[in-house]
Amino acid sequence: MTADVQDLRRQLIKTTAERVIAHAEELTTLDQAIGDGDHGINMKRGLEAVLADLDKLAEKPLGEALKAAGMYLVTKVGGASGPLYGTLFMSLGKGLADIPDRAQMASAFRAAVDAVKARGKSDFGMKTMLDVLGPVAETLEAGGSELTATLRQRAADAVAATKPLLAIRGRASFLGERSKGHIDPGARSSQLMVEAVCDVIEGRT
Amino acid sequence: MSQFVGIVIVSHSPDVARGAAAMVRQMVGEEVPCAFTGGNPAGDLGTDPLKIRDAIESVWSEAGVAVFVDLGGAEMNAEMAVEMLDPARGKKVRICNAPVVEGAVIAASEAAGGSTLEQVCATAEELSP
Repeated sequence: MTADVQDLRRQLIKTTAERVIAHAEELTTLDQAIGDGDHGINMKRGLEAVLADLDKLAEKPLGEALKAAGMYLVTKVGGASGPLYGTLFMSLGKGLADIPDRAQMASAFRAAVDAVKARGKSDFGMKTMLDVLGPVAETLEAGGSELTATLRQRAADAVAATKPLLAIRGRASFLGERSKGHIDPGARSSQLMVEAVCDVIEGRT
Repeated sequence: MSQFVGIVIVSHSPDVARGAAAMVRQMVGEEVPCAFTGGNPAGDLGTDPLKIRDAIESVWSEAGVAVFVDLGGAEMNAEMAVEMLDPARGKKVRICNAPVVEGAVIAASEAAGGSTLEQVCATAEELSP
């Protein structure tokens, strides 16, 4: 049992980090359109630090592992996504039991989304990662059957829905109206993480 | 022992941070402790919360520290840096809502007169619309 849990933790961290790293170029391209073009490379640097410590992270209880991973993102990413994703994972780590049930996951995730809002002084509808994290929190709260399939769909729809939005926060907000017509890079990286976690839970990896 | 409010300059660009600190030294003098940091952990444009924390520590006194940041990520990383400090110290650190170059110079001038942290930040923040 313990070995299984440790293996699952390892898979969750590894798959999530590798998924975003594999899409680093795409994220950079998205960020070049409306940001400063460093989202992919910055996330890659932070997540490579997480992967380098994978063995030790996987040995920790889930909450501690998430906090440690968040700290790597804070200290290695260097752009706005560092403190934002760092805050997300550190807050998530604070609220999670080692094997959380759906309700615990939902309440920890909601608290983490609120922490990201506070860190970025941002809210939903401003063309940021929150526009994916919000629907994911709602989906977790609602529960129901086929939860991972619903999570995937909500996250994918949420990313697409950032395209017409006017950016209110972050570097993209400097573009004003010109920020419309582009997908938000932070929303896309959040979706990639949600998909990776769903893949692991469904046993696809 | 220096009891002037310390100044920390944080920019995405190491060159901007260094240049702004040089302006503070030349226009205000050496008596106000002033530290600067810029660049991400890889040395490219960005900011590094650990370096910001170290910069704050390097100028810290009981008088407190006023931090000046340029763009969004710098502000958030400065907040993370303050949270990494001993909480008693963190309470005496303010991230000022002011332009980084003008704010730092005005704040240092105010600090050189022996003003409190609140006065230093208020004077710098008058620059913001």
